[in-house]
Amino acid sequence: MRRVVITGMGIYSCIGKNLSEVSDSLYNGKSGIGIEDKRTEYGYRSPLTGIVERPNLKTVLDRRVRTGLPEQGEYAYVATQEALDNAKIDMDFLEKNEVGIFYGNDSSAKPVIESHSIVLEKKDTTLMGSGYIFQSMNSTVTMNLSVIFKLKGVNMTISAACASGSHAIGLGYFFIQKGLQDIVVCGGAQETNYLSMGSFDALSAFSTNTANPTKASRPFDKNRDGLIPSGGAATVILEDYEHAVKRGANILAEVCGYGFSSNGGHISQPSNEGSYIAMTRAIKDAGLTAKDINYINAHATSTVLGDMYEAMAINEIFGALKTPVSSTKSMTGHECWMAGASEIVYSTLMMQNSFIAPNINFEEGDEHSSKLNIIANTSTKKIDTFLSNSFGFGGTNSALIVKKIK
Amino acid sequence: MTRTEIEKITNEFLVEEIEVDAEMLKPEALLNKDLGIDSLDFVDIVVIVERNFGFKIKAEEMANVTTLGDFYNYIEQKLNN
Repeated sequence: MRRVVITGMGIYSCIGKNLSEVSDSLYNGKSGIGIEDKRTEYGYRSPLTGIVERPNLKTVLDRRVRTGLPEQGEYAYVATQEALDNAKIDMDFLEKNEVGIFYGNDSSAKPVIESHSIVLEKKDTTLMGSGYIFQSMNSTVTMNLSVIFKLKGVNMTISAACASGSHAIGLGYFFIQKGLQDIVVCGGAQETNYLSMGSFDALSAFSTNTANPTKASRPFDKNRDGLIPSGGAATVILEDYEHAVKRGANILAEVCGYGFSSNGGHISQPSNEGSYIAMTRAIKDAGLTAKDINYINAHATSTVLGDMYEAMAINEIFGALKTPVSSTKSMTGHECWMAGASEIVYSTLMMQNSFIAPNINFEEGDEHSSKLNIIANTSTKKIDTFLSNSFGFGGTNSALIVKKIK
Repeated sequence: MTRTEIEKITNEFLVEEIEVDAEMLKPEALLNKDLGIDSLDFVDIVVIVERNFGFKIKAEEMANVTTLGDFYNYIEQKLNN
């Protein structure tokens, strides 16, 4: 089996628009959560959201490309360009080599709603224009990025709810490990517009702590009252180790384990058993044991049940080891389809810079989380290997293990 | 609407919305070959013409419209009828 390494990363999120800004925010425990008043006017129960500014790509991409590119596609373009630059891959390389893409995305609500509104008014689909079809499909991100970057390898979107980005990386890892591809662009993207999250808000799953937006996301804390939706995009360039060495790429880390499972249970409630299976499968795939993991980036979104089940599963595997745990969602909110990819970027930045980003707002544990070693303040620590969890609606679970290259 | 107004509005949307190079806007310019307007751009032009001139372009009426000058003529005809 071939080894799979990360040779580039890129990020566009509510805590920074590039790797440098995000690394600073992680270190400083900076929250990206705020209030969008439009959500209240629209009828949301909670107006809290990650605040992500849309990039201005008018002078960067031509009109044909921009016309078919939705908001999350813009985020994904910026993150992917940074990752490719980071990996020293330019357009000339992409023209001459086969590069694939697996990207997580599980909705594109805004263009669907906007185009529907036009037809309601005009009673004529031909007055929608050309862009909505390309913006509306779930595969919009891979469809657009493969055209922009002239990708010629495997090309598909992974839709697996809030584990989409993590599974995308897991599948890219499998494809390279088995020799099917040498380089795969992997990542996850998440739209942040108010049209996209109303039906999630309908479940009363979002925090309503509008008095203190930056304290609203509090994974594992006893007084958590729900998650905060957020978004952006994150990209990692996965590459065969030998291929990366041969072309002189800067190797950032090695993806060494991927575990997956499905709960086979409730549509919205997570499961400690399913989480346990994904984590243990990833550890086994990596040829490691639990004691080899130096840090766990938890999925924990700040919901009462989700955090509880994950804490139970982590305790079962790592309880006696007191492995450090934090949820970067305390700062970013829940980046949903993007989260599994962004949390690999966040954790790799921590590994590169030898610190654990804080689980901000963790003040008091509950019955289960109090048994975990939750890092509430930035901690200086050498990380050789980390595990990142992602779980989604329908019971889809993914766990990835990444280690320093040796 | 005068012919001059039609040409002005058309040129403006071609430059601002379709992002055609302003220097290329000559009556003899071929819409596809010279101005780079493809079938997808045309889907957008249908929307823009409806918004600016208040009528809907029909594909069959465009069969002989190949240059920018033809396009001005077509719009003028539609508005006068």
